[in-house]
Amino acid sequence: MSTIPASAFLSLALILFCIGLYGALTKRNTVIVLISIELMLNAVNINLVTFSKYGIKPSITGQIFALFAITVAAAEAAVGLAILIALYRNRRTINIDEMDSMKN
Amino acid sequence: MMETAWIIPLFPLLSFLILLLFGKRLKESSAVVGILLTLASLVYSVLVLFERFSAPTFKTEAVWLTIGDIHLTAGFEVNQLNALMLVIVSLVSCLVHTYSKGYMHGDERFHVFYAYLGLFTFAMLGLVLSPNLLQTYIFWELVGVGSFLLIGFYFYKEEAKQAAKKAFIMTRIGDVGLLIGMILLFWQTNSFEYDNIFKAVADGSVTQGWITLTAILIFIGAMGKSGQFPLHTWLPDAMEGPTPVSALIHAATMVAAGVYLVAALFPLFAASQTALMTVAVIGGFTAIFAASIGLVQTDIKRVLAYSTVSQLGYMMLALGSGGYVAGVFHLMTHAFFKALLFLAAGSVIHAAHTQDIEEMGGLWKKLRLTGPLFLIGTLAISGVPLLSGFFSKDEILAAAWEGGHPVLFLLAVVAAFFTAFYMFRLFFMVFTGEARSEMKSVHESPSTMTLPMIVLGVLAVVSGYVNTTWFGSFLGDWLTDGNKVLSGSHTEGPAWIMVVATLVSLAGIFLAWLMYGKRSLSRDWLSGKGSTLHTILYNKYYVDEFYQMSIIKIVKGISYFLRFIDVFLVEGIVKGVGGAVQGLGKTGSKLQTGQVQTYGAMAFVGLAVLVVIFALTGGYLK
Repeated sequence: MSTIPASAFLSLALILFCIGLYGALTKRNTVIVLISIELMLNAVNINLVTFSKYGIKPSITGQIFALFAITVAAAEAAVGLAILIALYRNRRTINIDEMDSMKN
Repeated sequence: MMETAWIIPLFPLLSFLILLLFGKRLKESSAVVGILLTLASLVYSVLVLFERFSAPTFKTEAVWLTIGDIHLTAGFEVNQLNALMLVIVSLVSCLVHTYSKGYMHGDERFHVFYAYLGLFTFAMLGLVLSPNLLQTYIFWELVGVGSFLLIGFYFYKEEAKQAAKKAFIMTRIGDVGLLIGMILLFWQTNSFEYDNIFKAVADGSVTQGWITLTAILIFIGAMGKSGQFPLHTWLPDAMEGPTPVSALIHAATMVAAGVYLVAALFPLFAASQTALMTVAVIGGFTAIFAASIGLVQTDIKRVLAYSTVSQLGYMMLALGSGGYVAGVFHLMTHAFFKALLFLAAGSVIHAAHTQDIEEMGGLWKKLRLTGPLFLIGTLAISGVPLLSGFFSKDEILAAAWEGGHPVLFLLAVVAAFFTAFYMFRLFFMVFTGEARSEMKSVHESPSTMTLPMIVLGVLAVVSGYVNTTWFGSFLGDWLTDGNKVLSGSHTEGPAWIMVVATLVSLAGIFLAWLMYGKRSLSRDWLSGKGSTLHTILYNKYYVDEFYQMSIIKIVKGISYFLRFIDVFLVEGIVKGVGGAVQGLGKTGSKLQTGQVQTYGAMAFVGLAVLVVIFALTGGYLK
């Protein structure tokens, strides 16, 4: 059980986070961007769980925190998709680079 | 009356304020306000003068400012000189107010003209009443402002604008001298009070060198105001103003202020032989210098202007030779006959619509009243016996003989000859002979204009009798009464001086008659176009051109240099800083694409940079 070292989990989380970040910053499709953000959140969850087991003071807090994060992520995904649909109805597009109203 | 003499300058000030507020509604009846209020000043001044005959000098003052343990005071003083000046100033001002009613009739800014006249009269009367240098200086500058406004009254004429600026700047140059002299005196004596200064001078608590220096500096201020060489060039140009203004400013008031200042500070000047000599030399030189220019000028007002400069030089010469009474006496008689001449010249201009005497002629028959009055003024200024100018000029010549240098006496005699010549040249060219161009619509001026001229004409004849060698020197005795420094200043020269003065003036008149009246003598040698002498005189010795080439060039050079610094250095730095900030802002705004992904990327880059720095420096762990 304890043959897998903590660094492996942390590396996985790092890779996941980087893929998520890359997707969030570069993809034009807003749905992909949302999915990428989910990836980053999950990378964080892996981190939390890892440290709840391998941390300096192991405790259950990390795992409970991860559950919270999953719940909040689900709600966030629902709200995000709802905004996306509202946007699509208004602008007839889901390309993120066409949404630059912050400029004016 | 003397206790309330402070009210005299307030009448013209009131006139100024009323006309400033209600002038537009009053229109031409502004004249009535101005005339009545200056008349009130005149009546009050005359009463004060008569009271001063029997009563001692009245002086009152209150502490105005306290600096450390020095108290600066403000107040007024009625001594002999002040009382006399009050009457001269308010009389001429009142007459000029009356005269202007006819002369300025129909002018759009009629009420403004009267308001300015009020302001100027206020300043001049205030100057005359001042008991200390600081107060004098304040009114002195106010007189400058008043003259600036009046000379530039026709400001839409370019010449008038230039003349007003020139008058103001030239007198300001002199005022710098006055200011420095005043400050040095204050430093030496701890007081601006005339009385304290005289006391310190008499005590010997001020060294001879300081007395000479301050007296000469103050004289520079007087030179500016009184149009003495080399600061005289503004005065002839100031003729661009309306003619009544010339009568007021250039006969009795502003130009007399310089002479008045020297007279008021006479004990200071008298304490230094060098200072007196400077005054006498400048005065004597100016007298003959300006008189020689007056010989060939063809503008009626310019001839009178140079004559004024020359007569002021006379007064300075008298004061510089120690002839206090002679200077003040001539100041008084000159105020009357020169005001008369200017007003008569105004009447001529009013009738003939030109100022060029070459175009005039034969006006004697057409101007039945102006002609004889002009003749009276001309006779008086030429020093013909029995008129006022004769007595005062005689007194000056006597003073120059007794107290001055023989060369200065000679200068004064030659200047007297010139004066008689150019004044009668003017008279003959304007009033006798044939009209040289069409003068059909010539008519005599209205009574508001002739009445002041008649009053001045009477004064020009009789005012000399207050101080004669025949009927007693009443004015001289009274002016010097109770004053140790002044009491020796009244001199009775030898009798032959009177004969010389008479002969010289008659010779001048005779020569003018030969050349311009009878025309039996060719005038070409003097006023021929080709003559070198004529060219030099006609161009006023090229003094203006010399200033243009030297001082103005230098000043302009400095100003261009400073302008260069301002435009390229100061403005360059300011604009550079502004431009840099603006450029930074523009570059920054280009980053604001509105794309959420760009912002995200930027945030990530920023975080990465922070982490790198943290990793390299060790951060808080260090």
